[in-house]
Amino acid sequence: MRWTLLVVVAVLALIASVVLGPAAVPLSELLRSDIVWNLRAPRALLAFLVGGSLGVAGAGLQALVRNPLADPFLLGLSGGAGLGAVLAIALHLSGPWALPIAAFVGALAALALVYRLGLIGGTGGALDPRILLLGGVAIGAFAAAITTAIVALADAAELRNAFLWLWGGLSGASWDSVLLVAVYVPIPLAVLLAASRPLDLLALGEESAGYLGADVGAVKRRVYLAASLLTAAAVAVSGVIGFVGLVVPHLARLTWGHRHRALLPAAFLGGGALLAFADTLARTVVAPRELPVGVVTALIGVPVFALLLRRWTIA
Amino acid sequence: MLRLDGVSYRYPGASRDALTDVSLSVGPREFHAVLGPNGSGKTTLVRIALGGLTPLVGRADVIGRSASSWPRQDLARLVGVVPQREDNLFPQRVRETVLLGRYPHLTLWGGERAEDRAAVDRALAACDAQHLADRWLWTLSGGEYQRVRVARALAQEPKLLVLDEPGMSLDLKHEMGLFELVRGLVETSGMGVLMITHDLNLAARFADSLLLLEGGRPVATGAPAEVLTQQTVEKVFSWPVAMQTIDGRPQMIPLRQPKESRA
Repeated sequence: MRWTLLVVVAVLALIASVVLGPAAVPLSELLRSDIVWNLRAPRALLAFLVGGSLGVAGAGLQALVRNPLADPFLLGLSGGAGLGAVLAIALHLSGPWALPIAAFVGALAALALVYRLGLIGGTGGALDPRILLLGGVAIGAFAAAITTAIVALADAAELRNAFLWLWGGLSGASWDSVLLVAVYVPIPLAVLLAASRPLDLLALGEESAGYLGADVGAVKRRVYLAASLLTAAAVAVSGVIGFVGLVVPHLARLTWGHRHRALLPAAFLGGGALLAFADTLARTVVAPRELPVGVVTALIGVPVFALLLRRWTIA
Repeated sequence: MLRLDGVSYRYPGASRDALTDVSLSVGPREFHAVLGPNGSGKTTLVRIALGGLTPLVGRADVIGRSASSWPRQDLARLVGVVPQREDNLFPQRVRETVLLGRYPHLTLWGGERAEDRAAVDRALAACDAQHLADRWLWTLSGGEYQRVRVARALAQEPKLLVLDEPGMSLDLKHEMGLFELVRGLVETSGMGVLMITHDLNLAARFADSLLLLEGGRPVATGAPAEVLTQQTVEKVFSWPVAMQTIDGRPQMIPLRQPKESRA
């Protein structure tokens, strides 16, 4: 019943994304409209894939670091991606793929650094989740500082581009980017889904999880890498869109509980629906101009988060 | 089933061995208790016995195979462990947390089957916790939560049960209940049990064999009456005691320090 509801909500969000927009497209011409097919449809699908990736990555990460406040962007990936993108802008790299590739490379560099840091604390090649969090925050802050320095030295046009990119936007969506993401996402997604049971066990603590049969070291590595790769792709393609990875898992837990076999798919569908919906708002609320979608998710996300906090303290 | 032979271990960077030349053997239908003062190496012994740590000297085997070479999931089908501490992060109901004990038996993509639910019910019944099945964990008392953790280990349907200080923070009734439960499992299901405990008297009453450790070294091992003599207990625990016998088992009664030394 709740799954049906979730799927219906997701489908509605996609439909709304396609039907609503700054340019009014009469329903009768929907299927033949150029705007719908070349602009809105790929954008809606990309929003869904990105939101879904962030939702799942957030859920996996919260279980991995055993911290309900974890957000995919705490891993330093957004800092690295931002730095990559801003460098690309400052160096005037051209081509439609210059920014996403630079951002992806920046995210991977941050991932490698934080992973290496995470190995220091753990024993015998195992990751220490607390150090992953702290290292992620540190690397992210460092990258953000360099990014700000570059932006401070940039000229007005570059500044604005960099700023808008950093806050997230799906306006560059095309069928090419949708296809790329659609092919990329299933692999880390499958890795996370396969780790559902070990993640349930990890909630008891690493020692207990090991005694119940989880290969704790391997699970931590796989979940960290899969969640990071999903996040890196999301950031590369759409900038930093906050709160989806933090709030969607908690919302999903309200209905589906903590069993990750149900929680992870629910977080994917929920995150996709949320971002598709947020992007529709971003495009229509101040039409013909556009708000960065990261602003909309923060504006929706913060009040929702405050409500969740209230529920948390009651529980 | 569980066998340690001349095991020694030192934690990296430590100044002395955590365990020196410890041997232990637990078979089916045997209840072994490991006793000793704080820091005598009891928890280290359990970690080595279960393959979490590799001994520097000697061997640790489970069912004839080196403990650290067992794949985690296979080992979890044979050995149920109730560690000292558990830090359960997310709210859960009792039935869900006991179901986690079935995970070693589940396939990667398969779901929970009727036999898994039945095993959970049997485990809850064995621990006298069926009436708690739908309660939230945070509403349970310490004793109830402990029984639920034992039920989770039983849901694994293990041949060997390992408990690390399970009686801590339990009141008299629940601690006695726990020891009776464990004794019952040994006698009816033929399980082997290894328990670390601070409760010398209950260990002496219920266990078949004791291992007394001091500073990582085995001081005495064997039947309770042989191990817990007044001389041994006073030396190892640095406290004057009087010994009595109940049901043929030694019981120790700590004495108060004489007035002069209390000043």
